[in-house]
Amino acid sequence: MNTAKVSESIHFQQKLGEETGYLKMIWQRFFKHHMAVTGTVVFLLIVLMAVLAPWLAPMDPNRVDPVSFQSAPSAAHILGTDDVGRDVLSRLLYAARVSLSVGLGAVAIYVMIGTLIGAVAGFFGGWIDGLLMRITDIFMSFPYLMVILVLVSVMGPSLTNIIVVLGVLGWPQVARIVRGSVLQIKQMDYVKAAVALGYSAPRIVFSHILPNAFAPILVNATFGMANAIITESSLSFLGMGVQPPTASWGNMLTQAQSLTVLSSQPWMWLPSGFMIVIAVLSINFMGDGLRDAVDPKSFR
Amino acid sequence: MLQYIARRIVIAVPVLFGVTIFNFVIMHLAPGNPVDMFVNPFATEADIAIKKAQLGLNDPIWVQYIHWLQNLLQGNLGYSFSTYEPVTQMISVRFGPTFLLMGSSLLIAYLLAIPIGIISATRQYSTIDYTATTFSFLGVSIPHFFMGLGAIYLFAVVWPVFPTGGMNQLGGDGGLSDTLRHLILPALVLGTGVAGNMVRYVRSSMLEVLGQDYLRTARAKGLREFIVTNKHALRNAMIPIITIIGLDIPLLVGGAVVTEQIFQWPGLGQLTIQSINSRDYPTLMAINFIAAAVVLLSNLLTDIMYSVVDPRIKYNK
Repeated sequence: MNTAKVSESIHFQQKLGEETGYLKMIWQRFFKHHMAVTGTVVFLLIVLMAVLAPWLAPMDPNRVDPVSFQSAPSAAHILGTDDVGRDVLSRLLYAARVSLSVGLGAVAIYVMIGTLIGAVAGFFGGWIDGLLMRITDIFMSFPYLMVILVLVSVMGPSLTNIIVVLGVLGWPQVARIVRGSVLQIKQMDYVKAAVALGYSAPRIVFSHILPNAFAPILVNATFGMANAIITESSLSFLGMGVQPPTASWGNMLTQAQSLTVLSSQPWMWLPSGFMIVIAVLSINFMGDGLRDAVDPKSFR
Repeated sequence: MLQYIARRIVIAVPVLFGVTIFNFVIMHLAPGNPVDMFVNPFATEADIAIKKAQLGLNDPIWVQYIHWLQNLLQGNLGYSFSTYEPVTQMISVRFGPTFLLMGSSLLIAYLLAIPIGIISATRQYSTIDYTATTFSFLGVSIPHFFMGLGAIYLFAVVWPVFPTGGMNQLGGDGGLSDTLRHLILPALVLGTGVAGNMVRYVRSSMLEVLGQDYLRTARAKGLREFIVTNKHALRNAMIPIITIIGLDIPLLVGGAVVTEQIFQWPGLGQLTIQSINSRDYPTLMAINFIAAAVVLLSNLLTDIMYSVVDPRIKYNK
């Protein structure tokens, strides 16, 4: 084994040691945050619910029961049936899949776009930075929900289109976070050393600078997931989102716009409304715990 | 100061142009032919072509954009595809109700968030603090439409103290008290959603200030705790709080769309949904443009207010 390899492996071990220390500290601080831990448990239960939906659901979510529609909860339909006779509980379970895929999909897209734009702007600076930041300003001054509504209705409302639209519009904050930390870290000696060693720009950015921005991005992504779920449910509620017969928590509430359903058939809209609140709340608590855990300034 | 404001405006203008271009491109990607709305179903191909030429739909997209801009500068936003009324007129009727709703929601949000945030910060880690934090999370986690439906269910159906929707009683006098009765539920729904976000800002901003030395000095001087928190601390904590108005306006605009739809409030949000359903692109484009202008303007005002309340900020930077 030559000396270079040995020193590299020692360096690697040191780095590993430091990183496990840092992650361990974050984990310990996260664990002390009771609401965050509760939120995580609830969120995992919802994930489980979505994954196991085919086994948990008492019947096919789109099967129409010809003898009972708009029926109140009973032994056959624990949460009753909707206006065309579909089992509310089964639809509730399957709808968890829609919400989670919107949350994860949209956030994955916008974190990628935001990281790329922020990293390029921060690393190269100059007119590239100016141009990219103006574009970011443009995207930030869109009245968010209105533009999403228009875009989704132009592209045709569907699950995929919602994920794409939310992903394509959601990146400005991540871009700003990444740009900020790139600008800050660019001045560090070890980055200057990497430049002096002739490393390529992508290598410096991705393996030397970006890992430092990981924590704030993760916090942003967690809150972003909660927002994406709320936005999808609002769109589906307005009829511009996931289209029936596919069940989404939002479109299950659409019927409640009629006063009869609202006042005398609460089983048709209350459960899915509560599911949205529980899902979003648990993710927000998780995000809050993460933010406190990675931010050394805020001790609980 | 004037120079600073001028600089900010100069920066805002290209952003506004960007927004209009983006808007224009989206609208042109839209499926559906607006000409179909103007001609009767039995019109011949030739008739349709003539109408299309009349509407300028044959021109290249950038020519159409320049036409649109020219008209915009003259205050002409085109004609609605669905009602044939001038868009300017349609929108101006809707402005008042939306402004009333958003203004009162913002007021409610501040009236709720500032006291709760202060109490939460001065009794950090107490039961009150945890309760306030939990409720603020609840505020941001309940979608406006669900909160709206819940409010209608509780306060208009189960316990009918407020009307279920609209802005005035049909056949009523349309007076102020009638409008206020209709305003309370939607304004509360929109306001509490925004307040949830705000409480956390107020709390953290207060916490930051409460640790400062000059507060210890104020207490050492023998000032009452009430004056220390509400005069000395709050003044400085207000700086970041003011700036979040800029963040709240886009939130309010979006929230207003859903809230107006649920409460049948006759504002711009409801018009948005109606225009989407009838593919009324000129109206949609105008609403989006106005909404973006309002957002930019509120950002600008925030920057200006920030430098007014905090003289340490340099104008020429």
